[in-house]
Amino acid sequence: MSVLVYAEHDNHQLKSETAKLVNAASKIGGDIHVLVAGSGCEALAQAAAKIAGVAKVLLVDNEHFSHQLAENTADLLVEMGKDYSHLMASASTTGKNFMPRVAALLDVAQLSDVIDIISADTFVRPIYAGNAIATVQSQDTIKVMTVRASAFDASPESGDAAVATLALGGAAKGAQFVAEELTESARPELGAAEVIISGGRGMQNGENFALLEGIADKLGAAIGASRAAVDAGFVPNDMQVGQTGKIVAPQLYIAVGISGAIQHLAGMKDSKVIVAINKDEEAPIFQVADYGLVGDLFEILPELEKSL
Amino acid sequence: MKILVPVKRAIDYNVKVRVKADNSGVDLTNAKMAINPFCEIAVEEAVRLKEQGIAEEVVVVSVGDKSCQEQIRTALALGADRGIQIDTEEKLESLQIAKLLAKLVEKESPGLVILGKQSIDSDNNQTGQMLAALTGMPQGTFASKVEVSENSVKVTREVDGGLQTVALDLPAVVTTDLRLNEPRYASLPNIMKAKRKPLEVIPAADFGVDLTSKVTVLKVTAPAQRAGGVKVASVAELVDKLKNEAKVIS
Ligand SMILES: Cc1cc2nc3c(=O)[nH]c(=O)nc-3n(C[C@H](O)[C@H](O)[C@H](O)COP(=O)(O)OP(=O)(O)OC[C@H]3O[C@@H](n4cnc5c(N)ncnc54)[C@H](O)[C@@H]3O)c2cc1C
Ligand SMILES: Nc1ncnc2c1ncn2[C@@H]1O[C@H](COP(=O)(O)O)[C@@H](O)[C@H]1O
Repeated sequence: MSVLVYAEHDNHQLKSETAKLVNAASKIGGDIHVLVAGSGCEALAQAAAKIAGVAKVLLVDNEHFSHQLAENTADLLVEMGKDYSHLMASASTTGKNFMPRVAALLDVAQLSDVIDIISADTFVRPIYAGNAIATVQSQDTIKVMTVRASAFDASPESGDAAVATLALGGAAKGAQFVAEELTESARPELGAAEVIISGGRGMQNGENFALLEGIADKLGAAIGASRAAVDAGFVPNDMQVGQTGKIVAPQLYIAVGISGAIQHLAGMKDSKVIVAINKDEEAPIFQVADYGLVGDLFEILPELEKSL
Repeated sequence: MKILVPVKRAIDYNVKVRVKADNSGVDLTNAKMAINPFCEIAVEEAVRLKEQGIAEEVVVVSVGDKSCQEQIRTALALGADRGIQIDTEEKLESLQIAKLLAKLVEKESPGLVILGKQSIDSDNNQTGQMLAALTGMPQGTFASKVEVSENSVKVTREVDGGLQTVALDLPAVVTTDLRLNEPRYASLPNIMKAKRKPLEVIPAADFGVDLTSKVTVLKVTAPAQRAGGVKVASVAELVDKLKNEAKVIS
């Protein structure tokens, strides 16, 4: 048995998901190899080598992978994957993009968003926006899955694996990178933050998100949003938390002016402590909140910032 | 150009499901069913491309038993031209659905296939990518903008860090994200008209695809419930609780 873990990164930084995936992989048993595929990403292979439990890091570093397009990333994993019993990627927009292709080309099923590993062939994953939890068994020769990183602790940084460079991979057929517009932020990423404060439709406009920023500064928090806030153009799409946005599980999640629709809850209800601030005392968000404060966010937020 | 839009019959997004007492699955008895929301966005996008004169025909397809004809009719009422039901009583996995769709792509030769990014029941987010792989088409997943030109399509994708734009040779596969468009409502005259639009039924067995899956669901359970919390009366009380009771801030 051996597991190939696809490292989550942006060529500059190894994302915190990678060490969480390695921990998930360790529950399967067998050797764990980490694949770092990108461009100008050699330093990341060194970082991956430090993750405890990793037996070997495989580095594929060439310009074809500078944007990790699905078409050629999938081909690379299909080529390498035949030697492994399990292939694992983060359930990020990168992993979700190429992993189903890998599975289809290997003629096996793909398991999405695995949150627990019972044994080498039995896995747990949420369905229906997390309102039901399925335990599934796979008899496929190669188990291909995306893993919800927030469901696993990170493997510590005490490893010292060897790095092997592989000359593999070609251009993406039929697809070309054109441009990207990445949100610049000095704050922690939603997936890595210990504290998240999110705003919903109740924030009324984008400018009012400044009320969350003062608090986020004091708590070292990331800022998230509901779909309604994103759809209304208050904030960019990458801030959406929920069934179809980012799934988070920080130590503290503060929901401000968010009603608590099932799709939003799906993205944050595994947070350790939840705080809800809402003027409607009947809002469903209070059913999952450890601490609820009923009132007008425009009065509460400035006071909260001052008292931190 | 012809656009193929696979649509799935799924539980209405407002319904909160309950797990069956015997843990065999979720209880869908009498549950309100609808077109999966992401598929509705896919239909809308295809219809808009037709209205702009970019597409000539919009074909919707659903894999399922007879009941999914209801969702095909809804898509026809929203402006699709013709429907296909790939008839099966079995509950198929994404790979098997993608294999059936790949056969249909061979037969229909669409210039573009637009799917939803995700079914809100299985939460799989797989079928479009698998179809692209099986047919050798490039893919633009999680689309928030689609611009079709002569031989290619430019797709702006919602990714974790923001937005990414890719250009794909046609034919290509696109999967929709929430902000691609806002689907229209079907008007009564269009609902009436949809009843007369062609709807072909093809038995899944006719495609000669192996429909067995190696994945079995052992059990379906309810998620852990959060213990009910408390209401606090003031900001001061909240901060005190977070510091001294929950110990999540210092
Ligand atoms: C297919 C699909 C996928 C979806 N995916 C997601 C997803 O990933 N994430 C997501 O979040 N949603 C998602 N949704 C949308 C979801 O169903 C809800 O529509 C959305 O979460 C509502 O956002 P909201 O709570 O900000 O807005 P609303 O429901 O409008 O709630 C606003 C809240 O603000 C409160 N409020 C207003 N003014 C104040 C004030 N001055 N002070 C205090 N409180 C105030 C109100 O009492 C209300 O509770 C999805 C929907 C569909 C159909
Ligand atoms: N039974 C089905 N019939 C037709 N299309 C489907 C079916 N299942 C999934 N799809 C398509 O694939 C998309 C993604 O579904 P999934 O991979 O199941 O999350 C859906 O939004 C549909 O466009």
